[in-house]
Amino acid sequence: MSNQHFLLEIGMEEMPARFVTDAMQQLQQKVGQWLTENRLAFDSIDAFSTPRRLAVRVNHLAGMQEDVMEEAKGPARQIAVDEDGNWTKAAAGFARGQGAELKDLYFQDVKGSEYVFVRKEEKGRAAAEILEGIGEVITSLTFPKNMRWSTYDLRFVRPIHWLTALFGSEVIPFTITDVDSGRRSYGHRVLGGAADIPDAGSYEQTLLEQYVMVDPEKRRETIRRQIHDMADKQSWHILITEDLLEEVNNLVEYPTALYGKFEERFLELPEEVLITSMREHQRYFPVEDKNGKLLPYFVTIRNGNAEHLENVQKGNEKVIRARLSDAVFFYEEDQKLTPDNATAKLDSIVFHEDLGTIGDKVQRVRDLASSYGTLFQLNEKMTADTTRAAAISKFDLVTLMVDEFTELQGLMGEKYALLAGENPETAQAVREHYKPKHASDDVPASDPGAVLGLAEKMDTIAVCFGIGLIPTGSQDPHGLRRQAAGAARILMEHNVAVPLETFVHQAVREAEIAGLLQQPARTVEEEILSFFRLRLKTLLSEQGIRHDIADAVLENPGSQVREITGKAAFLQSVSEDESFKDMVEALSRVTNIARKAEDNLSAVNKDLLQADEEVQLYQAAQTLEKELPNALETADIQTAYKYLETLKPFIHSYFEHVMVMADDEALKNNRLAMMKHLSSEISRFADFRQIVFS
Amino acid sequence: MNVQDMILKLQNFWAEQNCLIMQAYDVEKGAGTMNPMTFLRSIGPEPWNTAYVEPSRRPADGRYGENPNRLYQHHQFQVIMKPSPLDIQDIYLRSLEELGINPREHDIRFVEDNWEAPTLSAWGLGWEVWLDGMEITQFTYFQQVGGIDSDPVAVEITYGIERIASYIQDKENVFDLTWVDGFTYGDVFLQPEYEHSRYTFDVADHDMLFKEFAVYEKEAQRALEEKLVFPAYDYVLKCSHVFNLLDAGGAISVTERTGYIARVRNLARKCASAYYEEREKLGFPLLKEEESRHE
Repeated sequence: MSNQHFLLEIGMEEMPARFVTDAMQQLQQKVGQWLTENRLAFDSIDAFSTPRRLAVRVNHLAGMQEDVMEEAKGPARQIAVDEDGNWTKAAAGFARGQGAELKDLYFQDVKGSEYVFVRKEEKGRAAAEILEGIGEVITSLTFPKNMRWSTYDLRFVRPIHWLTALFGSEVIPFTITDVDSGRRSYGHRVLGGAADIPDAGSYEQTLLEQYVMVDPEKRRETIRRQIHDMADKQSWHILITEDLLEEVNNLVEYPTALYGKFEERFLELPEEVLITSMREHQRYFPVEDKNGKLLPYFVTIRNGNAEHLENVQKGNEKVIRARLSDAVFFYEEDQKLTPDNATAKLDSIVFHEDLGTIGDKVQRVRDLASSYGTLFQLNEKMTADTTRAAAISKFDLVTLMVDEFTELQGLMGEKYALLAGENPETAQAVREHYKPKHASDDVPASDPGAVLGLAEKMDTIAVCFGIGLIPTGSQDPHGLRRQAAGAARILMEHNVAVPLETFVHQAVREAEIAGLLQQPARTVEEEILSFFRLRLKTLLSEQGIRHDIADAVLENPGSQVREITGKAAFLQSVSEDESFKDMVEALSRVTNIARKAEDNLSAVNKDLLQADEEVQLYQAAQTLEKELPNALETADIQTAYKYLETLKPFIHSYFEHVMVMADDEALKNNRLAMMKHLSSEISRFADFRQIVFS
Repeated sequence: MNVQDMILKLQNFWAEQNCLIMQAYDVEKGAGTMNPMTFLRSIGPEPWNTAYVEPSRRPADGRYGENPNRLYQHHQFQVIMKPSPLDIQDIYLRSLEELGINPREHDIRFVEDNWEAPTLSAWGLGWEVWLDGMEITQFTYFQQVGGIDSDPVAVEITYGIERIASYIQDKENVFDLTWVDGFTYGDVFLQPEYEHSRYTFDVADHDMLFKEFAVYEKEAQRALEEKLVFPAYDYVLKCSHVFNLLDAGGAISVTERTGYIARVRNLARKCASAYYEEREKLGFPLLKEEESRHE
């Protein structure tokens, strides 16, 4: 293994913080792939990044490409050699084309006929020479947003200013736009300067001398340690979220933590407002005391050293003071507006240009929540709370606070509703109806919150599908997948004993009344249910359910969600039992043969049942037909499965003794009819044919 | 440093960078970008470097002079350079030093912020510049203007004069800023702030403004038919301002809003292509001058 390392650094104007980590990983992966394609062996690749640079160091890169031996196939023997055994023009042409001589040609058998071949050896070239092509890796990097600058045609994340490329201590020359590669890199924008890197191995050290920590992991841990030290010293608890730490890390090249203070009076604002203002607007870390009470301090990370830190502190204090003064103003102004007055303003805010205003949406959600409340069998008090919460569910959208801090929607609704004298349950439902906001968020805890949340989501799904706004591929601008997953989780976690299709039907009905269907209601409902089928499958897979089991229980996605998830969990739990395979085979056998029956089936004629086994299975099927639906409706999956299990011995002896496809037409049809009935009962539980045994 | 000195310093600094120092444009507008010196001149291949102060009207931000930070009219110091110089960030940092802001003594960041102006059919990528956590400048590489791809790319730097002044002078309230010794910002602008807010929110004759919008729109189109780009664009600016007044006054319903924006955008796009065509007919004269200067 060689002792030479290869360094590649791309120096740029500040990249968006959110792109940096991905771009670094992309560079690491693409350089590795490119070297492998170019037959250059290496040990490992280290990746580096700051807001202004992406870099990789390829450790122990081979000095030479590996040699390759290739065989080239030429014309068939009878074309390459004439009657006298001499090489033809075709053979000579082939040899010339391959850069070989006639004496190098030989014959080899290919599927029974002989062909001319020549062995070509390609000698590996020096790595330094190959590396001059590395620029194509840089220009192949992709970013969510690219730009052009000055007079160049290149599209890249931000303008490129320098390229550092060293193999050992030698410069690898190449050019992008007008930038020539070299050994010169640049340090921190104000603390550092230009620096020549002697060799690839001394990259980190050279840049550190210029106030740049190029290793993002080390930089991140430096920030974390600085924050922890400060917390220890001040007896604070500083709230670090990994997202914010990642973002801050990608905004600085040389971090120094500092804290600032704001006036105590601002602590009268809701904590969430303070925290959002600090985190989202200023990228500050909020500070609590050891008992979890928010303190009037913030921690920020300067891009630079500790000199003149007091200026930075003072400036940041001025900014947060202005922001929090605004928030206090918003908080006071907003309270002058009653929830009802605020709601009236929603008639002038567009929900979607083809779907009317938010006011229209609130109307629909209110009607839908009222029908859903009945399905949830809410008591009178809860019904009243739900109705009221639905009416004012979106009022906080017109408040100044939510206009400024969009992420506080719902939460401010609850706060302001309480201040306006709404009862706590109503206020809670207003907050909860957005939940779950993402996959790891909780569903609404209260029943009114669940009903309203379900109505809110189902309405969005129904009206979007109604006018053809259906998610495709990566396109899901209205977040319908998230909404559907959220709706399913509400039904599951609230253990709702109503089929999904009933909720879908009512939502589509509301959309139809509102004139928002471009297709027949039935079609839209079917589209929505097959959309839900995929969401449920994802949900089941997140719960660790096997794919084949998920497919088996999603035969009818319109059933109760709790029933679907219950069946899936149950099947997964028995799937390792010894008897399971036998069970699945027996049930699948019925289903398979039932497919031979015609669609328009008559009832089973008892008089035509001949063998004892036939009669016994018939009786067992009768019991099943009576008991299974009830067990499933109450989500008593274990009992439901027991009924199927009692069937098993009868199925086995039936197939042992009875010939379904009998010669006698009447007999055959009667037997098929029985299989068909039985099969449709079994499919109430699952399509067992989907289950796979390894 | 008082506001007047800030402006003079910036003008001198950018004059030294070979920018033509221009004056604010005499038609109402919401931002320095809408001045034809930026909007039209950034279109097409001709080089263009200029700087000017632009009083910018945002009727919806009017607060009767009662809010310490929000204004009906604020001042932007606008720089436009086409093609964008490669060392533009360094030049910008040096301009801050002219204002007495030494980057070594502060925390200066370039934080991603992309710009889009739907009424102008224009967008660009860049940053907001943070000075110790405060946004003081918008820094944008234009990618498209009036629906036309920028080639070469122009860079736009917009300093928020009031923001920077309140930092330099350490004032909490914009009206307390010193314009020059003996004159505060409030002395000059408090009355117009109050009156414009009153007018916008309480007095404006919406019927008249709606009629104006229609008349200006028609006139812009008529001027365009005659290939008179600059007069046409003046009427587009007027449409835009009238729309802002109506919007701030709550006179435009939701369903209408998108329509009005589309009408202004449509005119802006037509002006942009007409400007390009007219310059092309003239043989892009500034391009030739640039070449001859290099000979």
